[in-house]
Amino acid sequence: MHTHPMPEFGSFALLLALALSVYTLVMGTVALWRSRLDQGIVAGGSGAGRLGETARRAGMASFAAMTGAAFALVWAAFTNDYSVSYILHHTNRDLNMAYKFAALWSGQEGSLLLWAWLLSGYGFVLRLRHKVDVRLSAFASTILAGVQVFFLLLLNFAAPPFAIQPGPVAQDGFGLNPLLQYPEMVIHPPMLYLGYVGFSVPFAFALGALMMRYPGEKWIHITRRWTMVTWLFLTCGIFLGAHWAYSVLGWGGYWGWDPVENASLMPWLTGTAFLHSVMMQEKRGMMKTWNVWLIFSTFLLTILGTLLTRSGLVQSVHAFAQSSIGDWFYGFIVIVFAVCLFTFFKQKDHLKSENRLESIVSRESSFLFNNLILLTACFTVLWGTLFPVISEYVQGSKVTVGAPFYNRVNLPIGLFLLFLTGIGPLLAWRSTSLRSIRRNFILPIVAMVVAFVVVVACGVRPWSALEDDVRAETFSLITFTLSAGVITAIAAEFLRGAAVVSTQTGKNLLSSVILLVRRNTRRYGGYIVHFGIVVMFIGIAGGAFNQAREQEMGFGDSLSLGNYRLVCQSYTQDSNPNYDTEYALLDVFKGSHKITQLAPEHRFYHASQTSSTMVALHSTLAEDLYVIYEGKNPDSGKPIIKVFINPLMNWIWIGVLIVVLGTFLALTPSLTRTSVRAAVSVPSPVGEIEVHHA
Amino acid sequence: MPEAFRMTPRRWCQGAAICLLAIIMLGAADAGSRFGRLGHEMMCVCGCGQILLECNHVGCPDSDRMISELREQVAASSGDNAVLNWFSAKYGPTVLAAPIRGGFDNAAWIAPAAVFLLATAGTGILISVWRKRSAARPAVAGLPIDDPLHATHDAMRDRIRRETEY
Repeated sequence: MHTHPMPEFGSFALLLALALSVYTLVMGTVALWRSRLDQGIVAGGSGAGRLGETARRAGMASFAAMTGAAFALVWAAFTNDYSVSYILHHTNRDLNMAYKFAALWSGQEGSLLLWAWLLSGYGFVLRLRHKVDVRLSAFASTILAGVQVFFLLLLNFAAPPFAIQPGPVAQDGFGLNPLLQYPEMVIHPPMLYLGYVGFSVPFAFALGALMMRYPGEKWIHITRRWTMVTWLFLTCGIFLGAHWAYSVLGWGGYWGWDPVENASLMPWLTGTAFLHSVMMQEKRGMMKTWNVWLIFSTFLLTILGTLLTRSGLVQSVHAFAQSSIGDWFYGFIVIVFAVCLFTFFKQKDHLKSENRLESIVSRESSFLFNNLILLTACFTVLWGTLFPVISEYVQGSKVTVGAPFYNRVNLPIGLFLLFLTGIGPLLAWRSTSLRSIRRNFILPIVAMVVAFVVVVACGVRPWSALEDDVRAETFSLITFTLSAGVITAIAAEFLRGAAVVSTQTGKNLLSSVILLVRRNTRRYGGYIVHFGIVVMFIGIAGGAFNQAREQEMGFGDSLSLGNYRLVCQSYTQDSNPNYDTEYALLDVFKGSHKITQLAPEHRFYHASQTSSTMVALHSTLAEDLYVIYEGKNPDSGKPIIKVFINPLMNWIWIGVLIVVLGTFLALTPSLTRTSVRAAVSVPSPVGEIEVHHA
Repeated sequence: MPEAFRMTPRRWCQGAAICLLAIIMLGAADAGSRFGRLGHEMMCVCGCGQILLECNHVGCPDSDRMISELREQVAASSGDNAVLNWFSAKYGPTVLAAPIRGGFDNAAWIAPAAVFLLATAGTGILISVWRKRSAARPAVAGLPIDDPLHATHDAMRDRIRRETEY
């Protein structure tokens, strides 16, 4: 009889983690129930407190058990243990070690294990930091344990990652999907999952705060960093995925509105809405019900996204194999929704607003519209994703809802959002006077007019474009124009603040800007994030001017596109244990000057018997030259080369980096936080009193 | 400046409406390149999930044939709908990249706009109700008028600090 020590260890670790999580859930609930009257659950105190402490420690121990399980699976991949069915189906001997590690999330069972492991990691940190608020943390810990129990039930009984392959052990595995054998795939899924899973924490805090009728808005302060870090991970995950699609899939684009892409975008949209509207609760005690439901929805959308990729509900090239675990997710979603609804109705009176909106022209109303737009975008994505299923139910036939639908519906929404990004920060809390509106908006409007003229002069003229390009060029023109206004508005905010600091301190402008930012990292970090979003919009708008050409290229043949001329120097083959490759060596000329040599590849992977392309890129700030080796023409034996010129592509990725930088800045504590009495009044950019801390 | 040339708010609105109309009418400017447009409104049926003219699989069993069929249809047919209907009849409705067959397909397009309009109207009503309520409230919302802190500078300063921090 064969023994399988590592898979058995992994299976045992999963069972242990389940037992510990169930203990955390049950005993945590009992402890909270017992302590409900004295409102105090303190470690080492009363009986309820001690019980709660054991639940907390069990929750922390479940992280160790989950780490053991994840280690066992990775170890099985590294040691080519093909007795484990999952390893057999997702790796092979000649696979690079990094991709063997990535096998952890390349299949259904492994990715669920990653979900549960990350959740236990977040839970570990939460429980470790329980002293920020012991009782609220106990609620959040118990709720997280509930989520953890669901995923561990799945892993133990519905999708076990350590299932043993029946029969004799195979000598080699079936290999990893070739599309996943790319460096970004080692980091994109964990980032995305960190974002997905991370929203469980603010959800747990929000639900816990509602259950215990948490006084005040401190829970928002506690969860602010969790939410921002989670949002940052999700943002990075989404754009790493977009960059991977751009670099590997070889169709010249980066976002195909695939259901799985949509599944990651939806919680991002509601999470972004939450990050904005929660400020209204923090500052003015408003929108409490709205915020609670926003974070509930965000969490439910992360679960829905996980369901979409696994149930076979919608067709997607990304989806994992269809399986029956969809039913588990349906059940879980219903339970979570029922718990949220019950808690909401039970504690509804706790969510009454302390203030009301006083003016339509105010920061509050801009946040309201921002939320409206983000949620409309989220609804559009959800509606488009589920419409094929709805159509099949209503009409009896499936339809496709692809890029043309999303582009047509979401572009106007995106432009409105861009517009709000510019005007929101120019409005004051409570109310903005007409005089300050005139003063603050004049500069951005001038910038927009100048940008419009410059862009038209540069040749962006929708009225003279071909019919196919009219919509895209119109979108670009509006985007460039609005972007100029928004960037000017953001720059003006920095300069006005810096001028005041400079007057106070006598420092030069640059030092004043730095001091200003350090004094209120949250505010100016937020502006930098907005700037990053604008830069991304500019990059996206460049897509209106994409060019493409496909040609068969033998030795010495040349292909011209835009300002580029590509000359085929050679085409050849190579081989390594993992794959065979065909590639072309192309000299790239701009005018008569050779600027680079590109080598687009077409690979054939032995283990999985599938092929994929490796795009060759020459990237500048102005445009990307994107070259694909599509394979050989079977008749002539010559390679078929497809070339794209994608203008402004790099600005999308630069925009993401700026967003990351801005978020890090917003997460950094501000330099000073002196008493209010020490504060000095400075004229605010919107003509209201604004207090900067000295 | 003569009265006739003065830009009143009404004239600004009229100007904006004309610009908007001009942008909307732009779509009808040119009748060329039907092939490219229609090819981007259909999917390749090989299972790659890509737009027909963007399918990049060498040896794709479907895209070459479909593209040549599209060329023939564009050359022969009278209208875009006829071409799309032909493809839909031959390959099934999933060949269309967006739901454009009319009937229930219209719901796909109407729902997002309807949700947006309803949400905007709802927000407008909510704001209006809030404003009416706050008009009936004391000057400093959030602090009861009989609150001992109401008139103190400390409370006001604290509130200003909190509300203007970001």
